[in-house]
Amino acid sequence: MADIVIRNLRKEFGDFTAVQSSSFEIRDGEFFMLLGPSGCGKTTTLRMIAGLERPTSGEIWIDGEEVSDKPAAERDIAFVFQMFALYPHMNVRKNISYPLVSQGMPRAQVRARVAEVAKILGIEDILDRPVGGLSGGDRQRVALGRAIVREPRAFMMDEPLGALDAEFRERMAEELRALHDRMKATTVYVTHDQLEAMQMGDRIVVMNHGVIEQCGPPQEIYDKPATRFVASFIGSPAMNFLPVRGAVEAGAETVAVGDGTFAVPRQNEGSRGPVSFGVRPEHVGFSDDSPCRGEVLALEYLGTTQIVTLRTPDGEIKARCAASVRLRVGETLGLTFNPATITLFDDASGRALRSTLNQGGARDG
Amino acid sequence: MSAFSITEPTRRQKWIAGILVALYALITVMPLVWIVMTGFKTGPDSIAYPPKVVFSPSLEGYVNLFTTQTRLTPEQIETLPPPETWYDRLVREREKTIVGPSRFGQRFLNSVVIGFGSTFLSVFLGTLAAYAFSRFKVPLKDDLLFFILSTRMMPPIAAAIPIFLMFRTLGLSDTRLGMILLYTAVNLSLAVWLLKGFIDEIPREYEEAALIDGYTRFQAFYKVVLPQAATGIASTAIFCLIFAWNEYAFAVLLTSGNAQTAPPFIPTIIGVGGLDWPAVAAGATLFLLPVMIFTIVLRKHLLRGITFGAVRK
Repeated sequence: MADIVIRNLRKEFGDFTAVQSSSFEIRDGEFFMLLGPSGCGKTTTLRMIAGLERPTSGEIWIDGEEVSDKPAAERDIAFVFQMFALYPHMNVRKNISYPLVSQGMPRAQVRARVAEVAKILGIEDILDRPVGGLSGGDRQRVALGRAIVREPRAFMMDEPLGALDAEFRERMAEELRALHDRMKATTVYVTHDQLEAMQMGDRIVVMNHGVIEQCGPPQEIYDKPATRFVASFIGSPAMNFLPVRGAVEAGAETVAVGDGTFAVPRQNEGSRGPVSFGVRPEHVGFSDDSPCRGEVLALEYLGTTQIVTLRTPDGEIKARCAASVRLRVGETLGLTFNPATITLFDDASGRALRSTLNQGGARDG
Repeated sequence: MSAFSITEPTRRQKWIAGILVALYALITVMPLVWIVMTGFKTGPDSIAYPPKVVFSPSLEGYVNLFTTQTRLTPEQIETLPPPETWYDRLVREREKTIVGPSRFGQRFLNSVVIGFGSTFLSVFLGTLAAYAFSRFKVPLKDDLLFFILSTRMMPPIAAAIPIFLMFRTLGLSDTRLGMILLYTAVNLSLAVWLLKGFIDEIPREYEEAALIDGYTRFQAFYKVVLPQAATGIASTAIFCLIFAWNEYAFAVLLTSGNAQTAPPFIPTIIGVGGLDWPAVAAGATLFLLPVMIFTIVLRKHLLRGITFGAVRK
């Protein structure tokens, strides 16, 4: 197993820059997520690490070795494709043994290894079946089998659950995570599904337009978003943004929003330009004596919680509260915001202003 | 129910469709059947009027096709030793004797060598070119592809005179190699375009998986891409073979003694000693067989090839 270091990695396709000077580090044995909307450069980054795409510039270090000029075959990594890419003219056993055969491993040893992997994945009974008739989940397992049979230094996975239906997806996500915990293999996993990333990843890199927006453990990314993009991309429903009145000074502990003044974590940095006040739906509360008023537009019942959509003079806000709270569409409520969780964003750059909440935590990539 | 609704046809509709198809097949297959039948008729039977549908079969046509004969008077025949084989006897009855084999066998062999040779070459080069066009960044790719296609925009025979002169200078006239190169040149553009379509449909991930599994680009090509492209290769091969096998104009123009193929040879039988229809029909029948067998062997692929891309797998 290995650690992977990416330095100033850049990829251009003609005039289009897919990845702009990314740098990050993947620790040995980590389950690492590359998260972002489609076209953000996450798959290109993964393909460059795997050796399927040649970087325009930058360095890729696997296990202390610079590999950016090496062909994929010499990097000793495994790749799981979204469409699985099982060789359709071979049966399951041959598919799994293929990487071993290419290394010239003796037959008996290949058989033993395939049997071992099949047992781990619970696919012993389908080894002699053609891959054509397999269910999505089984294909996924065979693809994983082909990846783990070689015991590579690292696994690359490109939306491996994307082709599965919802029911399988949940189960395979659990299986994958369990498999990782057992094998302790460095895994780089590309997804556009923020829930998947939060659920499975040890650390997440959030990318947008070829730029790394933030890198950190799921909770840090959720609680301390480094940019407005991260704040709105992660979490469902997304973070609410309200315009702050006036400038924000360094050292400020309150800001003016709408008709009221609200407490925020002490700001270590001020901003002269316009600033947004970011609050997650679950941190919006109701209190009759709050100066910020909102009219209930819609209620979405989700079992244990409900999502309340409110109209305020500064725009719509979504709040998440217990399902037991009785509310009516049309009534007007006073809104409060949990002060410790507020992040202020500079509107011009989209960057989060440094405060006691996120200082040191943001942008460690 | 509108006329366009997709429903299971009724039993009666199936019957009507079946009868129509059978009728159509009968009409199409009629000339073919007639040729095969004529091949087994005697000379007088073949030109009898009204045409004979029931007749006593004879191998005269096939014997005439494969041998050269000379006509003798009854007195001369008396002086010959008794016939040794069934075909000797058959020819003697017509007051002729066999003086040697005809050139049909050799012409047929020429057709086989040139037809299959050029097919192999077209498909081989076509697959490599199509793979390159499909997978790699080739400078001026679209222009090159258009240029390749444009070679088929006029009938090849329009270039007959330059080709004739070129072949004469290069010493390729009336050689098998020359004909193989010519038919390959004509077929290659079709092969590249057809195969590129097929290879485009094969997801790149298969090769990428093989590359990561430790194979070189070329190994990935022949171990993973080629088996996937088998359908395309088979249908391309059939199209190329049918063209090269049936080609008549260039064969007449560029070959005479050595490398003449069967198509220009068969009509020349007509000119020897009157119209020997059974021999011509026998030649045509034998000429049909290789392509027919080749097509039947690859039929499964051909059908998929024709409907390719219509249905997503």
